[in-house]
Amino acid sequence: MTQPIRRRVLVAILGFGSLATAAILLAPLAGSTSISLRKAFDTSIPFSDNVDAQIFFVARMPRTLAGALVGAALAAAGVVFQGLLRNPLATPFTLGVSAGAALGAMLAITFGWAVEWGGVSAVPIASFAGSLGAVAIVYALARARQRGLSTNVLLLAGVTLNAFFSALILFVQYLADFAETYRMLRWLIGDLDIASYRPLLGSLPLVIVAFLVFAWIARPLNLLSFGPVEAETRGVDVTRVQRAAFFSASLATGAAVSIAGPIGFVGIIVPHLVRLIVGSDHRVVLPASVLFGAGFLVTCDVVSRTAMAPVEIPVGVITALIGGPFFLWLLVKKA
Amino acid sequence: MRILRLAVVVALAWAFAAVSPGAVQPQGHPQRIISLIPAVTEMLFAIGAGPQVVGVGSYDNFPAEVQKLPRVGALLDPDIERIISLKPDLVVVYATQSDLQKQLERATIPTFRYEHAGLADVTVTIRHLGNRIGRSPEATRVTQQIERALDDIRQRTANRRHPRTLLVFGREALALRGIYASGGVGFLQDMLVVAGGDNVFADVKRQSVQATAELVLARQPEVILELRGTSLTDEMRRKEISVWQSLAAVPAVKSERIAFIADQRTVVPGPRVAEGTELLARALHPEAFK
Repeated sequence: MTQPIRRRVLVAILGFGSLATAAILLAPLAGSTSISLRKAFDTSIPFSDNVDAQIFFVARMPRTLAGALVGAALAAAGVVFQGLLRNPLATPFTLGVSAGAALGAMLAITFGWAVEWGGVSAVPIASFAGSLGAVAIVYALARARQRGLSTNVLLLAGVTLNAFFSALILFVQYLADFAETYRMLRWLIGDLDIASYRPLLGSLPLVIVAFLVFAWIARPLNLLSFGPVEAETRGVDVTRVQRAAFFSASLATGAAVSIAGPIGFVGIIVPHLVRLIVGSDHRVVLPASVLFGAGFLVTCDVVSRTAMAPVEIPVGVITALIGGPFFLWLLVKKA
Repeated sequence: MRILRLAVVVALAWAFAAVSPGAVQPQGHPQRIISLIPAVTEMLFAIGAGPQVVGVGSYDNFPAEVQKLPRVGALLDPDIERIISLKPDLVVVYATQSDLQKQLERATIPTFRYEHAGLADVTVTIRHLGNRIGRSPEATRVTQQIERALDDIRQRTANRRHPRTLLVFGREALALRGIYASGGVGFLQDMLVVAGGDNVFADVKRQSVQATAELVLARQPEVILELRGTSLTDEMRRKEISVWQSLAAVPAVKSERIAFIADQRTVVPGPRVAEGTELLARALHPEAFK
């Protein structure tokens, strides 16, 4: 029993890992400008004078890594939310995390908060704080009625909070002036041009913690898919696993959204694509989704940067445009 | 008999309404004007029609007189009830406010359509506005002043080298994210040309370009001008300028030619546009104004 699963995990990691590695290595080579790699890696030119090196290391690398981190986090969080809620339509944004994050970001933009903390500016900080607030509210509501964690209440509270926060966001936008409204809209579409490694360093530990929890809950999530009662009889501490799943997936989502805004489609399309290929065992689906999510978003960002250069197409538009039809094609082919 | 007479009156009124032209032609010149657009409000006051302005948009704040006037919404949220209740005989609307235009048409209130365009359109609009409200001589005087001022700036900067300039009009606070810069069309581009700058995005035929880190590095601006509608403290200015340090290979960063111009005149294409242009020119060519 253990041998085949280990092999399947290994095959998935090797397969999706090589895709992700290829995407991450090739992505910085493409962009709106053509650069000379030889010059970019030429250490005899001081870095501050080397335009090609700066385009490679300051503009493209952080962006590629951000795409990988955000794609991996959203895809894996999608898998966990779908498993936790036992609902294939769940996304990382279903339970209000992204709406809380968006409200935080909108407030930071409207009031022009100009603070900085460890090289991370106000908007990502406010966005992460907002997602924490939303998580706390949803959790408190889901706990209020019974001792365990009711996934039904979780879902209802999350969806309602989403709607409520959306209303607040509209209100904040209404108060903002016109240029700010435009910047808010742009934030809501999602953007990976971070031009610095600092936001990544801030989010990376959070995502790593979330991924460690994912590794621990992969097996219990499998049992949970038979229903909480069934899982309980097989020795799963259901409440504990649900709580771990909820907080870890929310943490990964909050960290990802604080970097790039709520980039849509990754959290639902990648998990389903991966399941169509490797089956539904979370021990395989989770690592495969992490790797495929990374490669997918990095690739989408390359398209967003180059398709209409020098003008950019928002990466959220690309994820939907590529993801949607591809998903449908795979669905039909599999059927 | 009385009913018959009433019926005849109603029928006549109906017939008259039916044959009269759709838009009511104002008798004489407008006496109660509402402007929803800051640039046009400024124009109205500049040509001496300030006393006739009875309502302004939410974002209007110049000249000081507008602070006392009723606010009637703005581009996205015009308050039609308030507009009608002020009994205007001319409403200045933005070209995209088609719903508002239709509603005003139904209420038989004449409108003046306006749309931001190039620098040359500022004086054209002022002339049209002057004709419409019966202040042509004043409009001509104002446009001549603007054109003279612009010519003066042009002459001062003409024979100097025009540095490659990145003209930023929006950016996230304390981060190089969400940078919006002027593209190769629109009044910002035109102002920059008069002020003696060579826009690094002149080839992008759009009013705005989202300038990613890569684009800024690739376009190699020698000067970075950041426009702000609101003022900022010296400390913030210093901090915001230092944010650019991460793009050290940009000539403007290396030579520290990054300037913040926190002044409404640079972002409103109204009658003070020449003053705004001069601010740009002074930032680009300080020696030309000694």
